[in-house]
Amino acid sequence: MSGADRFLRTTAGVAVARREIPALPVAELADAVVTACDGGLRVAAWFGVPRPSGVELVAVLADDARAGIALARATLTGPAFPSRAAACPQLHLFERELAEQFGLVAEGHPAPAPVRSQPPLVAPAAGAPAPALPGTGELYRVEGQEVHEVGVGPVHAGVIEPGHFRFQCHGEQVFHLEIRLGYQHRGVERALIGGPDRRTIHYLETSAGDTTIGHATAGCELIEALAGTAAPPRGAALRAIALELERLANHTGDLGALAGDVGYLPTASFCGRIRGDFLNLSAELCGSRFGRGLVRPGGSGFDLEPARRERLRAGLDRTFTDARSAIELLWESSSVMERFETTGVVPREDALALGLVGPAARASGVDRDLRRDHPGGAYRDQSMAVATAASGDVHARARVRWLEMEHSLAFLHATLAALPEGEVRVPVGRLAPESLAVSLVEGWRGEICHVALTDRAGRFARYKIVDPSFHNWSGLARALRGGQISDFPLCNKSFNLSYCGHDL
Amino acid sequence: MIRLLRARLHQGHRTFAYPDGPPPPLPDRFRGRPLLAPERCRDGCRDCVEVCPTEAISLSPAIAIDLGRCLFCAECAAACPEGAITWGGDHRLAVRRREELQVSAERELALATALDERLRRLFGRSLKLRQVSAGGCNACEADVNVLSTLAWDIGRFGIRIVASPRHADGLIVTGPVSENMRLALRKTYDAVAPPKIVIAIGACAIAGGPYLGHPEVAGGAGAVVPVDLWVPGCPPHPLTMLDGMLRLLGRLESAGESR
Repeated sequence: MSGADRFLRTTAGVAVARREIPALPVAELADAVVTACDGGLRVAAWFGVPRPSGVELVAVLADDARAGIALARATLTGPAFPSRAAACPQLHLFERELAEQFGLVAEGHPAPAPVRSQPPLVAPAAGAPAPALPGTGELYRVEGQEVHEVGVGPVHAGVIEPGHFRFQCHGEQVFHLEIRLGYQHRGVERALIGGPDRRTIHYLETSAGDTTIGHATAGCELIEALAGTAAPPRGAALRAIALELERLANHTGDLGALAGDVGYLPTASFCGRIRGDFLNLSAELCGSRFGRGLVRPGGSGFDLEPARRERLRAGLDRTFTDARSAIELLWESSSVMERFETTGVVPREDALALGLVGPAARASGVDRDLRRDHPGGAYRDQSMAVATAASGDVHARARVRWLEMEHSLAFLHATLAALPEGEVRVPVGRLAPESLAVSLVEGWRGEICHVALTDRAGRFARYKIVDPSFHNWSGLARALRGGQISDFPLCNKSFNLSYCGHDL
Repeated sequence: MIRLLRARLHQGHRTFAYPDGPPPPLPDRFRGRPLLAPERCRDGCRDCVEVCPTEAISLSPAIAIDLGRCLFCAECAAACPEGAITWGGDHRLAVRRREELQVSAERELALATALDERLRRLFGRSLKLRQVSAGGCNACEADVNVLSTLAWDIGRFGIRIVASPRHADGLIVTGPVSENMRLALRKTYDAVAPPKIVIAIGACAIAGGPYLGHPEVAGGAGAVVPVDLWVPGCPPHPLTMLDGMLRLLGRLESAGESR
């Protein structure tokens, strides 16, 4: 753990002065990150901050065992930084992103490539060429007489976001899947610089629209930390209720979609509707099926008066009964189990090396859940059971979702029964200048990490968003390796990752 | 098998009676069509304009909201000291022309009219659509998906989302059209055989949504392809989308609903 000594130890949801963060030489910082990860920490964020003199690199590591985070930084003045992706694979996409966002070279990176095909974060030089479109340029290729290549996307067959998938196959067998994204890039992180302003909350709510509550909660906890305030207990409880409703809706949708992909239509069609019923419970809370307007800096935009609480409880029980009836059919159907089991395996050691998060990690036996390990808001008061599975296959990813739904139901009932009294929202003052704060929220896909650094005026000098999908797309590629190309839709659905959350 | 049959009985028949029966109930906090009372505006007050995240509100000659830009966040209503803006529960918002989304007390929303007779004959009972997400956040996409579930079952109206643009009569576009998707959207549009229609769903696809003015986006579907139906919202409720599609096909009049 010697590498960990080089870091400032703190916790998520607490602001620290930027100058208190240890500044190391670039190579030492990179080595310290590798050493710390060897010692059990993991990379929550690793990104650049524009500075007049160059780029400031910031490492945010999560220490799950101690409910803490570790921070360190370095100032880069040259055009290159040393890559450590070969020694610490969970860094690989962060390094590619850093290179792309600041026009740098990741020296020694085993697979350098664009992440989003985006222009540099700070104004590119006038006349600089626009980046090439995603999916163009050189992609990894396997050569051989009987090897063939399959390209899919960006426009896919379903109602789904765009991405490009390039398979290197030998017959049915997939040797390698390369995933190229960036089609959904719309400049979220660039536009957040200089905030908070009247658009900030909308950028947060639409970072990944199916995770409106998750991202908005992460952003608001960050703003509150920097302003030295916190959501009142009742407001925090309402946010947690909305976050669990978001999880129930999406897990139900995913289980239905998995059933659909193996041709098991009863669960597919029931869950399609039941997912909507969970969304309607969110709308009961705030008028929007996706929770728009509910999470606001300082607390919740809406209260839950007694009559509404009873409607919500009744609706929750009714909908969950329907969900149970639909989903339990899966485990009893041998044809479904035959397709789920042993398909798309991600071994535990690979899940750890890639830094997977959320249900995808837990399905590979990685016992990791921010609601227990780094609890914020109402999760400090209500304990959360963590569901894991060992096999790392599609079945495990489905099963973990169902177990999480049961845990969410228990959490919701406990929280609704003991809803704290008082106000739901408090005013939020100015943000502390020259500070940094990190927030960690367990969204339905996994770890949502937001990091903000303020300037001398208390405006965002940098706002970093790490959607769980940023960690997990590599897991999907791993799941396909050695598998069959016809299993791709099923594997893809079992991860159900966000394109827009990755592309920002 | 017994459990399957029992589950089937438990789940029951869930397809909405709408449009022959009443629409599914909307929650009391649902934000549908805004209601404006310009007589309440105080001279020189710009509180609503200043909080609007997408510059959707204009005050001259009187308060008006561009529903194409509106995120339905209701910050304007919260900021207004006089109650000149309130949010009603009317889900019907879709229009045929972009400029019709500019609403004021003077000018009511002109709800979508049906396609012309020739297109109606072609698409009225069979409309196949290809969905393209171009920078969308997956909220509009998710609620487009909902229309195909058994509760909404747009198959009842002959509307189906298809996998290939070659099989489609038109496109549903969501998202502000990221520059990285501009070419793919254009190619998908070109791959649809004429005559074809385009439906822009959500604030992003209409005017860019929260990404209005970003150099990374084209600023909506209309910047790349011609649009026949505009469905505002962030995201629009599935009922708003369905209302727009049924109006486009001229199927609401036949169900006895007056406009």
